[in-house]
Amino acid sequence: MSVTKPLPHDAAPLHVSGSARYVDDIPTPKGTLHLAFGLSPIAKGTITAMDLSAVKAAPGVVRVMTVQDLPFANDVSPSIHDEPLLSDGTVHYIGQPVFLVVATSHLAARKAVRLGKIDYAEETPILTVEEALAADSRFEDGPRIYAKGDADAAIESAAHVIDGTFEIGGQEHFYLEGQAALAVPNEGGDMLVHSSTQHPTEIQHKVADALGVPMHAIRVETRRMGGGFGGKESQGNALAVACAVAARATGKACKMRYDRDDDMIITGKRHAFRISYRAGFDEQGHIQGVSFLQYAICGWAQDLSLPVADRAMLHSDNAYLLPNARIESHRLKTNTQSATAYRGFGGPQGMVAIERVMDHAAHELRLDPVELRRRNYYEPAHKVAEVQPHEKPLGHPDPHEDLTSRGAVETGTAPVRPLPAGGNTTPYGMEVSDFELHGMTEALMKSSDYAARKAAIAKWNAENSVIKKGIAFSPVKFGISFTLTHLNQAGALVHVYQDGSVHLNHGGTEMGQGLFQKVAQVAASRFGIPLEMVKITATDTAKVPNTSATAASSGSDLNGMAVKAACDTIRDRMADYLAERHQADPSAVTFTDGHVSVGEERYTFAEAAALAYQGRISLSATGFYKTPKIEWDRIAGRGRPFYYFAYGASVTEVAVDTLTGENRILRTDILHDAGASLNPALDVGQVEGGYVQGAGWLTTEELVWDGKGNLRTHAPSTYKIPACSDRPDIFNVALWDGENREDTIYRSKAVGEPPFMLGISAWLALSNAVAACGDTYPALNAPATAEEVWRGVQRMKGGI
Amino acid sequence: MKKFHVTTTVNGDAVEYLCDPRETLLDCLRDKLNLTGAKEGCGTGDCGACSVTVDGRLVCSCLMLGVEAEGKQIETVEGIADGDILHPLQKKMIEYAALQCGICTPGILVAAKSLLEKNPNPTEEETRYWLAGNLCRCTGYDKIIRAVMDTAAEMREAS
Repeated sequence: MSVTKPLPHDAAPLHVSGSARYVDDIPTPKGTLHLAFGLSPIAKGTITAMDLSAVKAAPGVVRVMTVQDLPFANDVSPSIHDEPLLSDGTVHYIGQPVFLVVATSHLAARKAVRLGKIDYAEETPILTVEEALAADSRFEDGPRIYAKGDADAAIESAAHVIDGTFEIGGQEHFYLEGQAALAVPNEGGDMLVHSSTQHPTEIQHKVADALGVPMHAIRVETRRMGGGFGGKESQGNALAVACAVAARATGKACKMRYDRDDDMIITGKRHAFRISYRAGFDEQGHIQGVSFLQYAICGWAQDLSLPVADRAMLHSDNAYLLPNARIESHRLKTNTQSATAYRGFGGPQGMVAIERVMDHAAHELRLDPVELRRRNYYEPAHKVAEVQPHEKPLGHPDPHEDLTSRGAVETGTAPVRPLPAGGNTTPYGMEVSDFELHGMTEALMKSSDYAARKAAIAKWNAENSVIKKGIAFSPVKFGISFTLTHLNQAGALVHVYQDGSVHLNHGGTEMGQGLFQKVAQVAASRFGIPLEMVKITATDTAKVPNTSATAASSGSDLNGMAVKAACDTIRDRMADYLAERHQADPSAVTFTDGHVSVGEERYTFAEAAALAYQGRISLSATGFYKTPKIEWDRIAGRGRPFYYFAYGASVTEVAVDTLTGENRILRTDILHDAGASLNPALDVGQVEGGYVQGAGWLTTEELVWDGKGNLRTHAPSTYKIPACSDRPDIFNVALWDGENREDTIYRSKAVGEPPFMLGISAWLALSNAVAACGDTYPALNAPATAEEVWRGVQRMKGGI
Repeated sequence: MKKFHVTTTVNGDAVEYLCDPRETLLDCLRDKLNLTGAKEGCGTGDCGACSVTVDGRLVCSCLMLGVEAEGKQIETVEGIADGDILHPLQKKMIEYAALQCGICTPGILVAAKSLLEKNPNPTEEETRYWLAGNLCRCTGYDKIIRAVMDTAAEMREAS
């Protein structure tokens, strides 16, 4: 069977020969025009005068568009219509698109946008947590609060109380392919849009609204992205809409791609957080209660900030059974880029905070940090009674709302009603029944030789005063499903041709994660045919409609199941037909090794397909899947938002130069739970890449805005993602040998986001190394850049 | 602006194009010669996605002007395979699943090939630092390094 095989990426032969086409590589029709945005140079204010005559007169410029030139919706928001394509006269961050230039070349468009003369009445921007709180500048009318038991009382009566406040920086996606779109006008006002997007249906919706046409007039195609990481869930809307509007206005194909600096200045990033914590522990290190205060810096528009901030709350427990917990989350509106989806979608920020609490408590109680964590783990996996989810009553939805967006969340207020304390439940009342980390931790402690290395590091640190080493363990428990329950659906379209070859299509998009290959493996397995007989095709809104974004790690789970359903429909039709011909029972027809067998008769799959065709059997089917068992009330903070949890554990060892703060990752050991992996080669790739990206977020990747709201780190020259030379010297990655306890596609587990949070162990290891410089707790902020590590060392030595 | 006529050699083929003197070699390769294997990742020479060799020297084609290619020998990712026969590096990149989104892959292959031509027996550290100018956001680099090291070993055995 094709599933479980460690096959490389489906397009690998194209990639190594340079022939894999991304949006910018697609041959364009003659006369294609190129677009660029003129950007706001101030963070907050009103436009008082605009002189674009020099722009219009610039060489190659065909047209210049402002808000007055937009025929219909001026909106690229995935949520509450608060994000205009072009400024409506007000500006809200440095980098906001104000006008659009259409020119004969990319270079001409980019040169022309510099010539705009715009006067602004500047206002004081809101850039920090303090400024946002002082101005009560926020999304939603107040904080969301989820609670279980009585956290304050439990903390007050605990033997040990710790508290602290720290900063968690944002993160630039740095997909190596910048945002790009190409719109090609078709007959009758229709439009074909090629977009580098994780969410073709949303592009279709936003383009349709911008052109004032029904969604059926717009076709969006996405073959692949050069990386997404969440940055192409909603941030591609502006380019696609701009191209479509300009294509409609000029009658020519229009293409737009952001130059790297523009991409970093215009588009949203991971949410920066400030988190305060207070926690009580008993003498043995059992947590009694914890209280978190989370401030999420959301930027100027709502985008997907509500579900991101929700997910940060939902991962404030990580792997730990919190008897009493209170999580208060504020979503602050600032005059910076609109923070957006990024791998983990808020989960990492929530998880960093509880890992900080555990690390701080272990230091305070002088307990081994691994042992303290294990004492607080959820109970091991066990059977629980099945609870049927309640179907939510549906009102009259507005078809013009973008219902397929994660921004389409419920809002409202509810009194805080804490859940009862106790039970093996999360702070939002979900029973944890599939907990794998006891066994995984035990196995990783052995394979990483943790105890001996910890002792060796203590000896090293006692003997060396300049280079200090540190080691840390961190676990991951990550919830799988969109928290907006209705998004947990997927469709597929499968054709079998009369020669036995198979055309595969589904709603998921390929951004490098290997989704297409994994789903093709499912299709090949269902028909019992070699993988080469399955043609993988571009995501296309004309083939599978109303898709959810390829996000929330859901791609394989949802689309794999939808494809399975479609394949099984065709297979059953073929089996019924052949059984009838041979007067056999359909269940006796088998599909294996490229053959279809019925009784003594054995056909090749191609022969069987040809026979079925001649027998007038339909060889085309759609498939559909919706995730069972889930329900969620985000206002009350209750329910079962996740179908299951994916788990992982990592140990990282680092060395720090205490004179400079410079540091290196020396060794990383990872054990990750991908269930019964559909493809171990691709899954291990996700784990390795996720860890390095997560470690990058918490160590070298620092976003810096100046006092006026200018992003000063807008290119790889100033924003440091991990390079080849930063990879751990020793990097041992293994998959946990298990299977999903829930009935997912071949019992596999989602693997896109969870490994990202394994990088937390790198941050904790740096803290552990700094802790060797004194007796107090280092209390590092994130990212722990060399400067932050140096500051930590100075604090330990009483220097600052 | 007046366009310049450039005659150069790309992957062994004599080619010519007309270009604005401000256009980069990368733009000329992509837009005039339809060789879209080299990618623009940053446009400032920091990411390596546009790597090519010019007279055997590894360069970022986004930092070189198209007019400077006059009379040079340019090699791009499209020239690494011999027709349909993949270079050992290409085979190993596939075998090791050393790519995900794939957009850094052409640059990494050009850079790695350039390394092995200069030094058929690089240490792992030399390989890592040589490739430090080629950013990859997906893989975490481990499989890339292992693919390059294994290719080097295999090519040494074969020669």
